[in-house]
Amino acid sequence: MTPAAAPEAIFHVAVQAAPFDTATQIARLARGRTNMGAVVTFTGLCRADAGDAPLTALVLEHYPGMAEEEITRHLDTARARWPLQGAIIIHRHGRIVPGEPIVLVVTASAHRAAAFAAAEFLMDWLKTSAPFWKKEERAAHHGGWVAAKAADDQAAARWSPPAQQGQKDGPEDGPKAAPESESKDGSR
Amino acid sequence: MRVLYFAWLRERVGLGEEEVSPPATVVTVADLARWLAARDDAHAHAFTDPAVVRAALDRRHVKPDTPLGAAREVAFFPPMTGG
Repeated sequence: MTPAAAPEAIFHVAVQAAPFDTATQIARLARGRTNMGAVVTFTGLCRADAGDAPLTALVLEHYPGMAEEEITRHLDTARARWPLQGAIIIHRHGRIVPGEPIVLVVTASAHRAAAFAAAEFLMDWLKTSAPFWKKEERAAHHGGWVAAKAADDQAAARWSPPAQQGQKDGPEDGPKAAPESESKDGSR
Repeated sequence: MRVLYFAWLRERVGLGEEEVSPPATVVTVADLARWLAARDDAHAHAFTDPAVVRAALDRRHVKPDTPLGAAREVAFFPPMTGG
């Protein structure tokens, strides 16, 4: 009996309203593969922060087309930088309630170091460069747009070699829409 | 040229997208933002603080001094908060 051909590596980016199941995506990436030594996942969840007006939902707006393209550009960079054997990135849009998943990054490699690093690299760029905007729904008032955080920009910038600092493949540095303290991010 | 707005820029302008024909004096992304801001109060409100407005040209992030060139689609939006 001829052994089945090894399945092709999966590199997949999806922007969707529907929820996803992390275990299903891990299984999809690893199915039939015998050379994968490491699969790393990050799942970002919508979090109801404490306070006088708890978050009831996040509404995620996105730029259709560019969202997929921008995530794919960073996935291509990750593939050039680390020996990945597969990756799945899913980012949801629309109304998401606390406890539901927002974003998934799954990376696979022969060894854990590359999978861990690539997953973190992809998440850092997703937060600062993928065209998504979170608006909060709160019980006691109208909520509002989540402000970008300087800490997220710094997390993404650390992946750039020193020579490229300041002209990284992302938006220019600049003042943020509002101080972080004015709006609590309902995710991480 | 198609101009898209997202998040609070979309809310302030009151439109998700519009077709515009800027004059030849509008060369860069920043020029376009200034020209749009002069259209009416809603646009002026959206572009009040250019420092917190980001832009994409044909779905790629660009800096304000980038020439518009032959771009067909320009998007303006606040700093991103996905992930």
